[in-house]
Amino acid sequence: MASRPQPHFPEPDTKPFWDGAKEGELRYQVCPSCNAVNFTPTAHCQKCGGRDLAWKVSKGEGTVYTYSVVMQNRIPGFQELGAYAVAYVDLDEGFRMLTNVMVDGNPLELVKIGQRVRVDFEKQDSGEYPIPVFRPI
Amino acid sequence: MAQTRQAAIGGIHEYPLRVAPGVSAMQIKAASLKAALDDAGLKWSDVDGLYDAGDGEGGGGLGLAAYLGLKPRVIDTTQVGGSSYEFHAAHALRDIAAGRVKVAVTTYGSTAASSRIAIGTGGRGGGGSWQTNMEGPYGSTLISNYAMVKQRHMFQYGTTNEQLAQISVATRKHAMRNPEAVKAMQDLQFVGVNEITVENVLESRMVASPLRLLECCMVSDGGGAAVFVAPEIARDLKKKPVWIIGSGEATKYRENGGDITTSAGAQSGPAAFAQAGVSPSEIDIAMIYDSFTITVATCLEDLGFCKKGEVGSFIGDGHLAFDQPGLTINTDGGGLSSNHPGMRGLFLLLEATRQLRGESTSQVNGAKLAVAHGNGGLLGGTHTGGTIVLAAD
Ligand SMILES: [Zn+2]
Repeated sequence: MASRPQPHFPEPDTKPFWDGAKEGELRYQVCPSCNAVNFTPTAHCQKCGGRDLAWKVSKGEGTVYTYSVVMQNRIPGFQELGAYAVAYVDLDEGFRMLTNVMVDGNPLELVKIGQRVRVDFEKQDSGEYPIPVFRPI
Repeated sequence: MAQTRQAAIGGIHEYPLRVAPGVSAMQIKAASLKAALDDAGLKWSDVDGLYDAGDGEGGGGLGLAAYLGLKPRVIDTTQVGGSSYEFHAAHALRDIAAGRVKVAVTTYGSTAASSRIAIGTGGRGGGGSWQTNMEGPYGSTLISNYAMVKQRHMFQYGTTNEQLAQISVATRKHAMRNPEAVKAMQDLQFVGVNEITVENVLESRMVASPLRLLECCMVSDGGGAAVFVAPEIARDLKKKPVWIIGSGEATKYRENGGDITTSAGAQSGPAAFAQAGVSPSEIDIAMIYDSFTITVATCLEDLGFCKKGEVGSFIGDGHLAFDQPGLTINTDGGGLSSNHPGMRGLFLLLEATRQLRGESTSQVNGAKLAVAHGNGGLLGGTHTGGTIVLAAD
């Protein structure tokens, strides 16, 4: 099983997002004052400063905006993986998320800009929080 | 707007060693400051402004003033990554013009190579911040962050690996003419200490696709210092002053729906050129932060040397070298081939100053106007852009 670094708490801005991950939910925020989609999570709206953000659950589908296949790293939990793709995925609800695109095979050949992907909550040996990664639809 | 002469770079020093075991960052800062003041013909006690990026121990201006034994009247601990030194120059221009200080200094010291710091390939571990909690689980290295910009730039505009490799080729050519850069590559055990070709770049190891080894800066030790002076001081120095005529500061970060191929330089560049009263086409020499090839390419566009998306054809003919007609970049060898101790923004100011004094090892004849543009942080994430326009006396 995967053994990625876990989020660390107490950290109040991102705690609801990670609590969502435990429920299998990809959560994001919208601002009722200015209608902005807010991500990554913060207690205030990054467009207007409003403090009454509402949490929503994404359908978990999006498009690869860009990516890079990491061939060399010195990060615990990743050195064992071999080549892996780091990506920005644009979710259909309008937020951009740093994540991984996981493929069965060589990511240099299988990951593409514009590719449609869906979230997958990957369970971790390293702790209680599953990590939301994406796989091609 | 007419050019003004309100503040100048009066003294500089670049710490010569890129591998300096047994020396601390603070010692590099102090040694560099003494040499830069000597270069200007100024005394230790003349310093009344201290600018610092907090790269030594002791809380930036707080700890550094005590270590150096200075009692400055202006203390500025601006830390915005590798472009901190362009910000320091901008703030020195502001503070000198306001009459707050007459001799302001910034220093840099780092032992990144000797300390074996994994700048490019380490991740954002540790934790418990709103950013690290969202990034740490994904194994995003610094290099992969920049690589995502390159990937998108190639996709969006058709920029090619061959075109971007010209940046590495020109920079290495300059490095081979700079004895300190040659020694750096020898001391850091580069496989080939020689000029390189586009093919060499394309055949080098993939580190984080689509960035290959010869598109990535080195990790070295190093440091240096710059002395910023008021006009009445500048007139009596040992060397001709290099005038700071424009500055711009900006930040950028990941935004929903944002364009990753445009950097903070698109904000800081036009501001600096407007204050300077010059246009990019008038610039003789550009020192652009070359953490990676894509950093240079993106910033050249954002500063207005060519249109967004057209940098590939702009640089594809290889004119970036000092002995070719057209814009020349990074004549010291840059971060790609001379030094990168973590925050190389200071070296952009130092080499631009050498060019405008006529002291570069790859001198552009008659260089009168230069730009130094630093990019700090992550080009594909949270970063800053600092642009300084400099003019010969
Ligand atoms: Zn809002």
